[in-house]
This record gives sequence, C-alpha cells and structure tokens, in this order.
Amino acid sequence: MSTATATRARGIKLPRQVGRFPLSSIIGAVAIVGAILLPLFYDSGSAFIGDSTAALYYVVMALGLNIVVGFAGLLDLGYVAFFAIGAYTMGWFGSSFFTGSDIHIGVSEFLQAQPGIHLNWLLILPIAAALTALAGAVLGFPTLRLRGDYIAIVTLAFGEIIGRIAINSDEGVFGIGDFNLTNGRAGITPVDKIDLPFVERFSTLNIRPWYWTALVLALVVVFINFRLRDSRIGRAWIAVREDEVAAVSMGIPTVRVKLLAYAIGAALGGVAGTFIGSFFNVVNADQFEFSFSIFVLAMIILGGLGSIWGVVVGAIALSFINNRLIPDVFNDVPGQIGLDFDLTQLGFGIFGFLLVIMMVLRPQGLIPERRHQAEFTEGIGGGEQETTVEVRGP
Amino acid sequence: MESASIPARPSRPRGEVVREFISRFGLIAILLILPVAYGIQDLQQDGDLSRLATNIKDGLSNGAIWALIAVGYTLVYGIIELINFAHGDLFMIGSFVAYGMIATVGLTVGTGGLGLVFGLLLILLIAMVACGVLNTMIERVAYRPLRNAPKLAPLITAVGFSFILQNVGLLWLGGSHRGVPDLISSQAQYATVLGVPITHGDLLALVVTVPLFFFLVNFIGRSRIGRAMRATAQDPQAARLMGINVDTTISFTFLLGGLMAGAAGLIYALYQTDVWFFAGFTAGLIAFTAAVMGGIGNLRGAILGGLIIGCIQQLSDNRIGTEWTPAIVFGYLVLILVFRPQGLLGEQTREAG
Repeated sequence: MSTATATRARGIKLPRQVGRFPLSSIIGAVAIVGAILLPLFYDSGSAFIGDSTAALYYVVMALGLNIVVGFAGLLDLGYVAFFAIGAYTMGWFGSSFFTGSDIHIGVSEFLQAQPGIHLNWLLILPIAAALTALAGAVLGFPTLRLRGDYIAIVTLAFGEIIGRIAINSDEGVFGIGDFNLTNGRAGITPVDKIDLPFVERFSTLNIRPWYWTALVLALVVVFINFRLRDSRIGRAWIAVREDEVAAVSMGIPTVRVKLLAYAIGAALGGVAGTFIGSFFNVVNADQFEFSFSIFVLAMIILGGLGSIWGVVVGAIALSFINNRLIPDVFNDVPGQIGLDFDLTQLGFGIFGFLLVIMMVLRPQGLIPERRHQAEFTEGIGGGEQETTVEVRGP
Repeated sequence: MESASIPARPSRPRGEVVREFISRFGLIAILLILPVAYGIQDLQQDGDLSRLATNIKDGLSNGAIWALIAVGYTLVYGIIELINFAHGDLFMIGSFVAYGMIATVGLTVGTGGLGLVFGLLLILLIAMVACGVLNTMIERVAYRPLRNAPKLAPLITAVGFSFILQNVGLLWLGGSHRGVPDLISSQAQYATVLGVPITHGDLLALVVTVPLFFFLVNFIGRSRIGRAMRATAQDPQAARLMGINVDTTISFTFLLGGLMAGAAGLIYALYQTDVWFFAGFTAGLIAFTAAVMGGIGNLRGAILGGLIIGCIQQLSDNRIGTEWTPAIVFGYLVLILVFRPQGLLGEQTREAG
C-alpha cells in the first residue's frame, strides 16, 4: 500500500514536500543558535542558567521515555529506575564512595590523589548507557507477554523496587549481607565533576559549561530520536503501537522491537542520570520517587506523544514551571487571595491536574504528531467505525 | 466478575495439561515459599509454630483491608478494563474522612459500649458514602469522556487523579503522619487460641469485612443491577442492546468500589492508628497486587488475593524488615504477571494472555 494514498484516505494533510523552504527548519535553526548563545546574556552562575540546564537534561529524559511510550506505545511508569541506575553508575565510578579501591582513568591530578574509583565522565557514559540498556531489557522481558495497562503496572513495580533498593541498601540488599551499595538517604557525595578534554575544569560557580554540555547531549538525543523514528526500527515501533496483531502478521519481530525500545529509552535515561549525578554533586535515594516518572510522563503528554519537537517543548515548559514559575513567580498567589498554603507542595497535584485536563481536552498534546493525532481523534469521535490501519513493511 | 465457565474441551494434548498444571501450581508453590521456610525455621528455633501462626493471623487481619481495596480494583477492571490508579488514594481519603469524623462525632478513648458501636457505625457509613460518591464523580469527570479513546488515555487520567487526591490529602492534614486515637484499644488481647493472641483489631476487621463481602458477593450474584454489571462486563455492546443502561451500571460499579474503599479507610485508621497522605499509594499497589493475584475481574479472587498478600506482607514485615515489604510485594506482582497473569482464580484474558 502506498503511503500517500493511505494518508490521503484518512483525510490528513500531507507533509510539506522536500524542496520547498521548510519553515520548521528555520525555526529549529534559530532556536538552536539562540540556545547556544543564551548563557552569554546571563551571569556565569545565574540561577536562570541552572534552570535552563535542568530543562535540557529533562529534554534528554523525556525523549528517552518518548521512545518507549510515544513511539512503541508501551506505557512505562517506572522510568525513574533508569535515572537511578544512571546516577548510581556515576556515583560508583566517579566518587570516593568505594574507598577500598584505587582506580583512576583519565581524571585530573586532583582526583588522582583521591581514594575510590574515578573514571572520566566520557567513560562513565557508555558504562551507564550499557547498564541501563541491560536493565531496560530485563524490565522489558516480563512485559513481553503482557499488553496495555499490565505493562504500566509491571514497570511501576520495577521502578518502586529499584527505589526501595536505593533507599534501603546501605546495609545489604533485602536484608542479606551488610554491603553498602547506595548509602541510602545520605547518598553518595561528592560526585566528580564532568571533566572534558581541552576544556577548563567544570566548577559549581560557572554553570555555563554545564549548560553547553547538557545542550550538546540534548541535541544529540534529538538527532538520535529523529533518525530512529524514520528508520526501519522506528516504523516497526509505530506499527506495534498501532496494532500489534497486524504488526506481527506483517513479519515484525515484536519481541526484539519492544526490547529495543525499552533498552534505548532506558539508556537515554541513564545518560541523563550520569549528568544529573555530577551536576547535583550528590546521588541520593530520595531523588528516585514515583512522582519523578510521572513528571517526565507529563512532559511527553503535554508536548504530544511521539512528537519529538512537542516533547522538547513539553519538557522545557514543565521543567521551567516546576523550577521557576511555581516556587518563584506564583508562590505568593495563595497568600494574596487569602489562602494559607505553600504552592510548592502542590506541584504534583498541579501536574496531575494537567494530565487529566490534557487527556480529556487535547489528548494529542500541544504539538501533536500527525499519525498519533489521527489515532486519538478517530478513537474519541468515531466510536465503532472501521479504521484503516496503515502498516508499512519493515 | 465471574464470567460463565466455559465447558472443557473433550480431550486436550498432554503438553497443554502439563503446562496448565505448572502454571496453576507454580504460583501456589511460589506463594508457599515464605511460610514454609519460616515454619521450618520456627520449628528449629522455638519448637512450635505459634510465631508463624501469629504472623498469619495478623496477615489475615491486614489482608482484610487489602481485600476491601482490591475489590474496588477488580470490579472496575472487570467492567471497563481500566486500572483505576486513583483507587489507593481514594482509600487514603477514606481514612482521612474517618480520622476527621472521629473528632467530629466526639469519640474518645474513654467512649465505651453502645456509644462506641453506634459512633463507629455512623463513621463507617459516612466514610463509605463519601468515598463512593467521590469515586463516581471521578469516573464521570476523568474516565467517561475517554470511553472510546485509546487505552493509554484513561490510564493517564487515573494517574493524574491519583496525584490530585494525594495533594488534597496533603492540604487537608499536612505532610506528616497523624495519630488516630486508639478507640478500640486495638492491640488489647481478646482471647488466645493455640498460643495465638486474638486482638480487638482482628475482631474489628472480622466484623466489618465479613458482612461486607457477604453482601457484595450476593449483591453482584443475585440482584438486578448486579446482573447488569456482569452483563456489561462480558459485552457492553450486547448489554446495551438488552436494554441495560451501561453508563449508569459503570457509575454504580465505581460507587460500590468506593464504598469498599471507604470501609477499608476506617478499619485501617483504627487498626494502624495512623493516617498519612502517602499511605494510599503503597496501599493501592499492594491491593492491586492482590487483585491480580486472585485473577483481576474476579471478585472472590480479589478477596483471596488480599488475604494472601496480607500474610506475605506480615511475614516480610516481621522477618525481613518493614522497609523491604513494598519491594517484596512488588516482586511477587512481577512474578505473578510473568508466570500466571490470569491469577489464581481468573480466566485467561486478552490483556494478560
């Protein structure tokens, strides 16, 4: 079946033809240049740049989750687990936590003198990506036979188990042994700063290099997302999402395809985790709560499931709302209207409200992906009508 | 809801029979690991099983609460195939209502006899009605508009409502644990049977949950609206053709689930003498595990699952450590979903198949 006829049959506008001047790429280029230059307009240690850095690592996380939820349609409520594993990888291989060992690879002279395992961040990145990808595949394995909301529950349980292990593993895991794996709520601190070759050492006072590092990460991940979406595997994900039975009968190896979605999504979460561990200078069990998974999920719902630019916008928007708008700008509002509570406490209630409102009023998100929008509108308006399922061969 | 039993095919290949056997009894074997291991350990250390028996008795009392919540999950799942994530937090709201009403009604530790019984009955009623109405309203706002949307959509609104309810709880009583006056002196011993102390708390769990379960099973099995619920669960389209008002029936299902959650809230508040805005999240997950264990959509399964999960939880609390209990319960959840997604009593469903 040719794509064009299938799309036209559903009454969807065709994408702009290549060759015409695409407006979106101009906007994209301007946005990227603006993002690169942004820190120069602010103080090197300004809180705004710190919040922007946060927005960028949330972009990385949200795009990772978008692969699992948006592309492959597997609702993952335990994404925080991969953030945790990534961050702990940073903590284990980039701090003096294991005082007994003495391994130093590619680190500065100052760290050479410290006990523990110290690897360069560039070395920790692939380790974390590999570990989290493995964890993602392990998580994916039991969900292969399940569909729909059962997957949500298994992933949620997985996230909670990892969270429990993080909190309680300061003396053995599950009460067995007395090995200190995570240092519990006290956390692993200090964590090594990112140390890139040919660049001045990173410090907590100058946030600009952190920002640019996060920006590079985010741009690379956006690029990866686009390439994945348009690849054979990306089309297979979308086919599995839209109709698994049809996908199987078209010869798509669903097991491999789903496991890949989990593994790649998880790896991106792990990469962001290493960055956050180093940026915060602490890896602490209290960071890894269920609400974090929902926070990231809210970003991709807000932006539009499966829509890459939508997810980027959603991540930046929610991250700024959480880090800046709620604590700084709107915090006086309840007091002014005569109510006595702290708005920051309500953060996740607001996100919950946002999830409900978005799903009821605009389920396709702010910047919807065309195909996904069709899915949602057909579902809500159409009732029982026959839907044509479009499956492109792999 | 129970679906009609399908007559067994006359002859089945041997491999299928073996697989069926492993699938059914494998789960039972997994469930028996903890009690058997600790039973042997007790026999070696103390020479009798009274510690294990006490654990199991406490587990059953706790499990009665989980069973009440699990019923709410299973009813809703049975009828619209939605995991109502907000249900655990609804239970939390129920415990908060109970906490608030205890002060309002004016029950204190000193209140005794008839005053206590009638006061608690009143509070039970109020908590149940409050949760039932709230649950119905949530269904109206968050799930009904999405009836024909992809399955992801109502699941996400359910998660959203779970957070909203948590924040309502946070605003209501603040972020810290609140102690509930120990009205029934829940730890006081009533009698000792075979070395197992029976406390007032156990008795409360018994006298509240048993009539409720009895009512529920009979209501769904015998009443007109119960029949409508089962019909809708089997095939909403056909039910509508038979003249059943599907929307009302679904609302009613949520009402029933909410009633049970409210009752669980009161028992929990009195039994644990502690309410907390975050308690609903863990409780919800534990109860969901119970519902899945029994076979989601199956009412008796949810009750059985609740009691079993209660025992596992109590054993883990008492022997391994309270801090590991959620991880262990969720570990069981994953194991069940991997090895027997249809649960102990459930039928094979499309979702879990």
